[in-house]
Amino acid sequence: MSDWLSSTLPTLDATLRVSTPLILCAMAGLFSERSGIVDISLEGKMLAAAFAAGSVAAFTGSPWIALLAGIFVSIFLAFVHGFASITHRGNQVVSGLAINVLASGLTVVLGIAWFARGGQTPSLASSARFMPIELPFAESSANVPVVGRFYNEVISGHNLLVYAAFAAVLLTWWVVYRTRFGLRLRAVGENPLAVDTAGLSVGRLRYSALLICGLLCGIAGTYLSIAQNAAFVREMTAGQGYIALAALIFGKWRPLPALLACLMFGFLDAVAIRLQGVEFAVIGEVPVQLIQSLPYVLTVVLLAGFIGRAIAPAAIGVPFSKDR
Amino acid sequence: MNTHNIDLPAWLEIVVIPILNIMVALFFAGLIMLAIGVNPIEAVGIMLNGAFGYDEGIGYTLYYTTNFIFTGLAVAVAFHANLFNIGGEGQAYIGGLGVGLVFLALDQYLPALLLIPIGIFAAGLFGAAWAFIPAWLQAYRGSHIVITTIMFNFIASSLMVYLLVNVLIKPGQMAPETRRFSEATWMPFMHEFLGGFGFEITRTPLNLSFFFALLCCVLVWIYIWRTRWGYDLRTAGQSEDAAKYAGIKPRKVIISAMCISGALAGFVAVNAIMGEQHRVLMNFQAGYGFAGIAVSLMGRNHPVGIILASLLFGMLYQGGSELAFEIPKITSEMVVAIQGLIILFSGALALLFRPWVVRVYLKFKPLTAQHV
Repeated sequence: MSDWLSSTLPTLDATLRVSTPLILCAMAGLFSERSGIVDISLEGKMLAAAFAAGSVAAFTGSPWIALLAGIFVSIFLAFVHGFASITHRGNQVVSGLAINVLASGLTVVLGIAWFARGGQTPSLASSARFMPIELPFAESSANVPVVGRFYNEVISGHNLLVYAAFAAVLLTWWVVYRTRFGLRLRAVGENPLAVDTAGLSVGRLRYSALLICGLLCGIAGTYLSIAQNAAFVREMTAGQGYIALAALIFGKWRPLPALLACLMFGFLDAVAIRLQGVEFAVIGEVPVQLIQSLPYVLTVVLLAGFIGRAIAPAAIGVPFSKDR
Repeated sequence: MNTHNIDLPAWLEIVVIPILNIMVALFFAGLIMLAIGVNPIEAVGIMLNGAFGYDEGIGYTLYYTTNFIFTGLAVAVAFHANLFNIGGEGQAYIGGLGVGLVFLALDQYLPALLLIPIGIFAAGLFGAAWAFIPAWLQAYRGSHIVITTIMFNFIASSLMVYLLVNVLIKPGQMAPETRRFSEATWMPFMHEFLGGFGFEITRTPLNLSFFFALLCCVLVWIYIWRTRWGYDLRTAGQSEDAAKYAGIKPRKVIISAMCISGALAGFVAVNAIMGEQHRVLMNFQAGYGFAGIAVSLMGRNHPVGIILASLLFGMLYQGGSELAFEIPKITSEMVVAIQGLIILFSGALALLFRPWVVRVYLKFKPLTAQHV
């Protein structure tokens, strides 16, 4: 029993750590997509924020200023997306792609020009990072069987941003389903004309959604470069923005199911590393690449309607135009 | 004033506005260079000289151009059917798998005259197959092509890593790549081909795939604008309902458009593997699929525009690596950033300047013909 626990708990602990950016990005995408704006640029915003946070932390030594910088850059990119797709009614997928490509190029160009370390930012001292926090009673509960150990080894000992990610899910749920803004947000993604007829500004609502989207992606990026790691590394998002998008779709554009999808994808990632080279009875060794591609495969299967049905917000991807 | 329903003459629509868009993208690229302390004018000089200033540079430029023509055409064909194929990257990768599989099996037994057509066919077939699944899912199961093709890029990448590391790798070798294929599978190099006619040019990766790419441009043009299939494609792309009334089956159009698109993307393997590397290696297609989207947007989905845009991108790639060599502060990723700016301004913000152009146009246009 305790053997089983001591091999499982570290995996669950790792799951939380790798799920955090997914959760933040999935919630970010939820705001944007629920308002009717396709957002494939979660990846680019997170990457740019990671770079901004990593650089600013290196210059100032303050994780909080770095967090602000990450959020600022991410919101700026979200507004570029808004300017193209709301104000100028451009193609939202093209605009999102532009942001991803731009972020991928610019972070390396600026990184090399500023730090001359092959695209990496300088390693940060722990005072410039978000460090693990011991939750109250974690130490003393370590002796309590199962629950206590779970609390001590899995729940406790993460950095602030991990807890922020879970708080963000609850907040997202509350905002989307329990506030006036949330009601309008959902309405503008389903039927913007009705919202417009009711005298509300479609553009303004969508820009607000993108503001929140940028904020959350900014936190996710900051987490990558100054909390989970101690520096920005080129292409460090490595497709996680797309996995978050997949999780959002997997969760059918709802906060709690999306959280579960993120945790599942995070768990797969954590397990993939541990299963490397492990032989199973009957099936033999499971290729790591198979586990790594499972989130994408599962999302395709879900989208094809083979397991349930994922129905996107009705007005998603369609630029709104008052005159017809 | 509402300007988006005022018609402009063609030369403004297809020459002036696209050029304005590119100029703005390049202007911002210049700002980035200034920000990192590089003189943009000097940089442009180095890039132009690197891309066109000497024999070898031109060869490399045209080699890259070939890749961009394939992926640009791939995106354009899908665009005409109102489909966004963001999966060119994965389709090109799997096209390489096709080439690798047939050559690993056959390259010792058949002559070049058979191997080269078989290789081209395999590249197209595998690319098309990788596009067929998202197309089928879109047509018959209603899943969105953008999301599925993104997912398929990642699945292709995992699949290729697995195959190269575990299955196709040359035995006794560390690097995850196949063995080198026999010389009979090589697409003839341009320097060898022209050398046969007595023209001496420098050794570069440029090969006969370049002519094949130009041929594809002609074929795509004929297909889209001169055949009834192309007519069906454009009709279904503009209005699915109208297409149905005309007796066109939109589902079939989705599938055929995506398969052609995937095959074109797969042809990247003809240039990059049959023409240059002569073996399958990891990420040989890196970036070309996404660049194809920029190329197609810039070229306004027309083969002539795509050739011009590919030339610009070929120049950026070759000139960019020259630039990175000359100025240590700049890396070749600068080209990726410029690519992002071009996608933004030529694609998402394509209509940014239209209202201004319309205003200027109306000012100079005789009053009698004005839109009322």
